[in-house]
Amino acid sequence: MSGEGVSGCIPFKGVDMNQRAAMDEHRSVVPFWRNERVLKVLAQIVFVILVLAVGAWALTNYLERGLKFSYSFLDEEASFDLAEGIEFSPTDPYARAFLVGVLNTARVAAIGIVLATLVGLVTGIARLSKNWLVSKIAGVYIEIIRNIPLLVQLFLLYFAVIMKLPQIKEAFVLPGPVYISNRGIVLPWPRVAASFGLWWPFLVVALIGAVALLIIRGRSLKHTGRPSFNLLWVVTPLVAVPVLGWLLIPGNPLLLDLPEMVTKSGGVLKVEGGTALSSEFTALLLGLVVYTGAYIAEVVRAGILSVPRGQTEAARAQGFTNRQILSLIVLPQALRVIIPPLISQYLNLTKNSSLAIAIGFLDLYAVSQTMWNQSGRVVEVFFMIMASYLTMSLTISFVMNIVNRRMQIVER
Amino acid sequence: MQKEKLETAEDIIICQNVHKWFGNFHVLQGVNITVKRGEVVVVCGPSGSGKSTFIRTINRLEEHQRGNIIVDGIELTNDLRNIHAIQREIGMVFQQFNLFPHLKVIDNITLAPIWVRRWSKEKAVQVAMELLERVGIPEQANKYPGQLSGGQQQRLAIARALAMQPKIMLFDEPTSALDPEMIKEVLDVMVELARSGITMIVITHEMGFAKEVANRIFFFADGYFVEHNTTEEFFINPREERTKSFLSQILTH
Amino acid sequence: MDLRPEVLKPPRVEVGLLGWLKKNLFSTWYNALLTIFSLAFIYIVLRVIITWVVHDARWEVVVINLKVFMIGRYPREEAWRVLAGLGIVVFLAALTWIFRGAKGSPVKRWLMIGWLLSFPLIGILLRGFSRENRFLPLVSENVWSGLLLTLVLAIVGIIASFPLGVLLALGRRSKLPAIKVICTAYIETIRGVPLISVLFMSQLMLPLFLPPGLRLGTVMRALTGMTLFSAAYAAENVRGGLAAVPIGQYEAARAVGLNKVLVMALIVLPQALRTVIPAIVGQFISLFKDTTLVVIVGLLDLLGIAKAVTGQREFIGLHQEVYCFIAVLFFICCYAMSYASRRLEKVLGVGER
Repeated sequence: MSGEGVSGCIPFKGVDMNQRAAMDEHRSVVPFWRNERVLKVLAQIVFVILVLAVGAWALTNYLERGLKFSYSFLDEEASFDLAEGIEFSPTDPYARAFLVGVLNTARVAAIGIVLATLVGLVTGIARLSKNWLVSKIAGVYIEIIRNIPLLVQLFLLYFAVIMKLPQIKEAFVLPGPVYISNRGIVLPWPRVAASFGLWWPFLVVALIGAVALLIIRGRSLKHTGRPSFNLLWVVTPLVAVPVLGWLLIPGNPLLLDLPEMVTKSGGVLKVEGGTALSSEFTALLLGLVVYTGAYIAEVVRAGILSVPRGQTEAARAQGFTNRQILSLIVLPQALRVIIPPLISQYLNLTKNSSLAIAIGFLDLYAVSQTMWNQSGRVVEVFFMIMASYLTMSLTISFVMNIVNRRMQIVER
Repeated sequence: MQKEKLETAEDIIICQNVHKWFGNFHVLQGVNITVKRGEVVVVCGPSGSGKSTFIRTINRLEEHQRGNIIVDGIELTNDLRNIHAIQREIGMVFQQFNLFPHLKVIDNITLAPIWVRRWSKEKAVQVAMELLERVGIPEQANKYPGQLSGGQQQRLAIARALAMQPKIMLFDEPTSALDPEMIKEVLDVMVELARSGITMIVITHEMGFAKEVANRIFFFADGYFVEHNTTEEFFINPREERTKSFLSQILTH
Repeated sequence: MDLRPEVLKPPRVEVGLLGWLKKNLFSTWYNALLTIFSLAFIYIVLRVIITWVVHDARWEVVVINLKVFMIGRYPREEAWRVLAGLGIVVFLAALTWIFRGAKGSPVKRWLMIGWLLSFPLIGILLRGFSRENRFLPLVSENVWSGLLLTLVLAIVGIIASFPLGVLLALGRRSKLPAIKVICTAYIETIRGVPLISVLFMSQLMLPLFLPPGLRLGTVMRALTGMTLFSAAYAAENVRGGLAAVPIGQYEAARAVGLNKVLVMALIVLPQALRTVIPAIVGQFISLFKDTTLVVIVGLLDLLGIAKAVTGQREFIGLHQEVYCFIAVLFFICCYAMSYASRRLEKVLGVGER
């Protein structure tokens, strides 16, 4: 064998054009059912046609029933009443009714997410406590809650607990005062007074200042590796400025609206003032928080356990204090593990809020059901429901993914 | 194989100007090689140079985007019949063995003959046992691959590839993942195989093996074959600077 | 000086009951405080629960309605068929347990076939043939209720959704963009909306999109909804299993000459599905819990029956007893299953690999 010639190893810079043409011709002879590239395209076309065919078949069945697809009903008068959420009267259009439902769902989901995170955090840490009893109590809570369907828990809470509470006239009164009865909970609530207009600039200044200080602190943390000042320097002005404002302006900008029991004409008792949480809202919120909290606790526990022991030991060997180890070594690494499953728990809570319909809370679903019963527009309303949930899901994922990305960078 | 016989042998693998890109990265920049029937070719070169990608294009584990590959007179095109015909002609042994962990040793070997060649189970088992005998692990037939040592696993992988009675064997760094004491048992099997007259392309840095059985050695770098030569000439008279420096790195330790 | 090592007993506080107590409950002052609070908490909770369970609760509502909870509206004279079905399952489970050690023996294959046959068999047993049939008269699935319906929904749901899930997972991992996009869109849409919406859709919208001649009962519609919903989750589980199969397995299988279908069927799926088993068990547990949602679309599963029972005149107001009973029943089932799945995970973990 010689080292030269056709079998040589000098790379060709180009191919003989005649040769290429001949080859292309040769290739085009391949029948399509054996041609890999053609088959790939064909498979996709067939698949898409199949999906479209099923869709078209369903659509013709739908149209054959003489049904139309139109959203014009949204402007029509709803002519039903909604007891929960923003102001609504039967003369308002369907569109507003739907908005009431969406806002009710959003409210319960938002409050639920905050509270469930707190419950989950506390329980997750308790589960890891060195105190045997505390850890076991947390463990029992988690196991019980995770192994009973949420809907059963909601029924228990609503029908077997809240509905069994005393009536208004015998309501429990906690200091505050907080009235607890089978009609729900009434809490004291701040109310805006006339001088609020003078006070809110102080709030804004305090907030802007705190954010600015946080950014400065973050910068120095990034450059020098050490915060230039304590977090206390951020918190103090945040509290002090509004307090100062409160003292400077005449009158109180916020009044605490205290609920009180009043007797209406005809001897009907009613609690007025404060803010009222309906029994349905209370049951749903409590159920969601307790249920999701148990799942979040497991997420938190797994996250903290995922940080190898060696990390703590190495940090201790370098002389960090326990608090520094937790905040500088363990938490940043644990958060990286915690956030992705936490996102899916938030999404679950939002989706689970749809169980509201079973206990009569007027969420997105309950309102929608009334809407399609009243208007007969099942398909149209359904697309609206799907769109609302997907929007909420996407919003939560979007926000949490930003948080997640920041965490990953901070960690590195 | 004998030198004189090789001179007259026909070409079994012809690669002309083979190009491939991974995204913007030009992995294969016009590879040319012709291998004769019964020839044993060793390919060496720095890691990441694309030599592994190249031998994968020969049996279509990677698709080449330009140029021609002709194996035993069949051109590798988009024609599924050609692709399957070529894949049946070529056996391959991987660096990481890639045995099927959920199948017993014997089933690893008989799987393809039964499903692709449509042999009866008896015939497939008989051939498989002969092959296990040939690579020296007949007693392991009813174990699972995970219970074998690294050297035994790679010998099983060779037996599995041979079960389809290929005309060509490709080896992609077959000894790189092995503990040093197990390299020899695999190389012994490969030497025996090389002497049996099967066509082999072997990516390896085992220069002892190359000197013992290779007819030619190719040096691959930066996406193409920089140079090649007969085994004797390659070590004594490397022409290119790159080859010289590479040889000095792998031969002096 | 004596240089022999001193053999001493460990300090008293390190071992024994006292040592354990000190270490786990009273190591610091705040730990001791926590312990005392916890004890008080446990005492109060237990006292409330025990007084209620032993003293105040009227359990006769559960005792009298036990059969109703189990099979609901299933005709009483046909109840033996449910028991027979249960018998088949128990029998097969016992055999499986007895022969669990016999690896690769023909008995295992027969058991496998037995399990596969048992599902249609039990289905026929429960549903029967026609109204006139002497031996197995028709019991339409629309009167199946109680725990029976809960189990049927969960089991049929998981089994029917699995093949669909495998196809969707393969579709999502496909290199062909059109197939990938459609499968991904399906999976993500279903996972983005609550199960309720899928159930409502199957109850209300499905009939609108089917030809007028084709009518499905409410149970069949619910099953369709559960299956379509569960398939998206099964797909994600299977996708995880597929991702766990190394790329080398595909390459080796292609290299020995298998075509793409055989590569999937003989090499990739068997390995992927094995790693997915624990996830599928977990999915079954949540599906089992999720079946309660059919109450909302008006079916009488275990929870639906419970709701109906609390509506009876003689038992009015006994929500606490009924729902506690249901909760305990669900807890026992789910806890047992998750315990079993944890064991299974351990067994699979040390399998041959």
